[in-house]
Amino acid sequence: MRYELTKATAQRLAGEAVRRGASAAEVFMKRRKEFAVSVRLGDVEKVKEAIDQTLGLRVLIDGQQASVSCSDFSEDVVLQVLGEAIELARATSPDESAGLPEASEMASELPDLDLFDEEIERLPTEKKIDMALAAERAAQDYSERIINFDGGGLDTASSTIVLANSLGFAGEYQRTLISLAAVPVAADDQGRLQRDYWYDMRRRLDELAEPEAIGRMAAERTLRKLNGRSVPTQSVPVVFDPLMAASLLGHLFEGLSGEAIFRRSSFLVDQLGESIASPRLTVVDDGLKKGGLGSRPFDGEGLPTRRTVLIRDGILESYLLNSYTARKLGLRSTGNAARGLVGAPSVNAGNLTIEAGTHTPAEIIGAVTRGLYLTEMIGQGVNIVTGDYSRSAGGLWIENGELTFPVQGVTIAGNLKEMLRAVEMVGNDLNFRSQVVAPTLLIGRMTISA
Amino acid sequence: MINDAIGFFFSQFGLSTGQIEGLLATALGRGGDYADLYFEYRINNSVAFEERIIKTASRSVAQGVGVRVIAGDKTGYAYTEEIAIESIRQAAATASFIARTGGTTEPLGVNATANLHDLYKVETPVSAIDLSHKINLLKQADEVARAFDQRIREVQAGVHDEMKYVMIATSDGRLVGDVQPLVRMGMTCIADDDGNRQVGRGGGGGRVGIEFFEEAMTPEAMARAVAGQAIIQLEAVPAPAGTMEVVLGPGWPGILLHEAVGHGLESDFNRKGSSAFTGRLGERVASELCTVVDDGTIPGRRGSLNIDDEGQPTGRTVLIEKGVLCAYMSDHLNAELMGAAPTGNGRRQSYKHIPLPRMTNTFMMAGDSDPQAIIRSVKRGLYAVQFAGGQVDITNGEFAFSASEAYLIEDGKVTAPVRGATLRGNGPEALKRVTAVGNDLQLDSGVGMCGKEGQQIPVGVGLPTIKISEMTVGGTRA
Repeated sequence: MRYELTKATAQRLAGEAVRRGASAAEVFMKRRKEFAVSVRLGDVEKVKEAIDQTLGLRVLIDGQQASVSCSDFSEDVVLQVLGEAIELARATSPDESAGLPEASEMASELPDLDLFDEEIERLPTEKKIDMALAAERAAQDYSERIINFDGGGLDTASSTIVLANSLGFAGEYQRTLISLAAVPVAADDQGRLQRDYWYDMRRRLDELAEPEAIGRMAAERTLRKLNGRSVPTQSVPVVFDPLMAASLLGHLFEGLSGEAIFRRSSFLVDQLGESIASPRLTVVDDGLKKGGLGSRPFDGEGLPTRRTVLIRDGILESYLLNSYTARKLGLRSTGNAARGLVGAPSVNAGNLTIEAGTHTPAEIIGAVTRGLYLTEMIGQGVNIVTGDYSRSAGGLWIENGELTFPVQGVTIAGNLKEMLRAVEMVGNDLNFRSQVVAPTLLIGRMTISA
Repeated sequence: MINDAIGFFFSQFGLSTGQIEGLLATALGRGGDYADLYFEYRINNSVAFEERIIKTASRSVAQGVGVRVIAGDKTGYAYTEEIAIESIRQAAATASFIARTGGTTEPLGVNATANLHDLYKVETPVSAIDLSHKINLLKQADEVARAFDQRIREVQAGVHDEMKYVMIATSDGRLVGDVQPLVRMGMTCIADDDGNRQVGRGGGGGRVGIEFFEEAMTPEAMARAVAGQAIIQLEAVPAPAGTMEVVLGPGWPGILLHEAVGHGLESDFNRKGSSAFTGRLGERVASELCTVVDDGTIPGRRGSLNIDDEGQPTGRTVLIEKGVLCAYMSDHLNAELMGAAPTGNGRRQSYKHIPLPRMTNTFMMAGDSDPQAIIRSVKRGLYAVQFAGGQVDITNGEFAFSASEAYLIEDGKVTAPVRGATLRGNGPEALKRVTAVGNDLQLDSGVGMCGKEGQQIPVGVGLPTIKISEMTVGGTRA
């Protein structure tokens, strides 16, 4: 007998866990249909297509906690791992902060967030291949310096997610995803190669950028890197382009996550209510944005998702929390629990945004006499405990408010605490092609090393 | 242990050689040059110790079969999580659509063979031992870390172990299997000195049994290293900014090689002509002191395998010999297309993933210099001994790796610890600046994870103490 992926199954299994000795249980089931095609030089390179599924079960015996997962939904396997979960839980220590949320807090009316697009389900394979090839062709046609491609293609995914627990909560939703990328390679006069990319990613087919536009942008970005050179070591203003500003926002998320805060391993510990950033900065997490890449009707513990202002005009108003971290900190969950296959729930963002400011990117670049327009970073080099920030960088040099030669072979360094305070201008250019989105930002001063 | 895997799959799922041959025929039913089936059954266990309690324990069981069809330079791939003939046949039919030329290749009859290597002689895998043993290791580590210094405030430790059965059948007649144990114990410590908070991280393991943690890396040794790193960071000063001499300590700093040359020497990029090392076989890409090797055959290492994930025996490939580029690392597809010999570097994260050329254990051979003499030879520079991670752009060769424990060298002496700084360089140039290579080659402790095209796999790195005459240090003090 194989279990079906339904709310009823999940509820039944949660009940079975309680019957076998758990004081509480939570069951997560997911099925995902995926398709990926990569193209190269006018033809298909790789095609992958499959359906995967998993079942995750978390059990609590008062404060003791364990979790299991399996991909085989046959009854004997599922009941076997369920039994193992109970045994494992008995081997752990009681933790008074562990436990399901309060029954009264569970999500009840699940909003329709427009996360599923039938058109993506129906899109034929041939059309997907055509779109991927169209993006590549547009990049190729953009310039004769585009001589090769490395990666690039179209992916679709369609998932069903079910969550139920022994408090009586049972929820289900479906979502679709489509993404298209082009990765051109260009050569300069000396034959030195540069590679860049552009992409778009949405939940609805009609929101996806035109393949040709993606291809042209990818080509433009690649050509922009040709003949890059370094600049001398110095401290200058740095303009973060939207993708780079989003990566900064990603690090801010790590520092605001309840997981880092309760462990006192964040540079933002003990600062609720304090001014931690420039007054121009407002950061919001929204789990309810219609069609949002980070939206879902309930979080990984079944709590309602919501819109939370994290930083308002530079003041830290809230962390991002799940039930566990909320209890540890004497606060309330913000509906940001993340459910992995196994393990205790962690924390993730919904749609995390730095709110748009009033300046165009051109105005921001125009305001810099001498500095770096940052378009690329590689390496780790970010310490969330201390805020220390040091990464290899690339971009375009700004001279008298104009973009000039490409820069490569430098690092930028600073500390997140100072960088947040040093945000002098915030752009108006938000584009929601990701779960973490930011506009162009001007940071007053960072150290460039060469 | 080898045919244990084949026996396991055949009996557990009621498979036969004839059925496997039938599946390969279905895969090649529409044409193509090559097909393979990758059977996987995997158990992962984890136990987490934090705030002095056993916070949580988990166990995952995953299984599936990936079917791949290659037609020229194209790959069709599908997988199923039901290890049953009908489901695998459907996956094979899906994957077969990559070929449009009509059936030309007949799969050969498969013959089970034993593996050349037997690299993980583990009596009792960690995945089979009682949870209480693992908990004891974590308790010991926790006590030692907290006792190390009263400023150690938070201690997290965990044991993660895996047991993976794989069976691979190929259209060129191979049927091989492997049982692959893997274990890692890791720890994080936060030190807090009146609001000055710093972190230390570390751990180790490999394709080893529990004895590893009684001999090679005890919980005490791990705890002292990790707590020690956090305490040292309390005194750290801003790192310098600019180009200077850099000395890298032995072991994990081998991540330099992984980023500077490793990825750039994977054969997919070179076949496609998108790597900074494309077309450079036979050229000088490093100083004469540098011989860099990728070796998947070292017993017990995290990055080692008896067979790669395409069923090819792993090997030892000399990538750079005395500074001259001599080989790329290949998987099946790229070796065929380049007319090169396979090197046993075809790896995949799981049955859900298409194999790619990947590294195993990548390190530099020991030289003749005394490590202490190397440090003494530096007037002003940086001595870096631990790193967080790294990344590379293989097309322009730009790479970076971030130091998590580094010190100033002043007049030949190691002085103040510095706050984390990223070191950067350019692949084909960076190793030309290696001016001294120590006699103290070490491999890393067994914690490395490498990501490529969304696939994470365990790897190893290694290095003797080396001096680089100039490297950019991304500090804040210009």
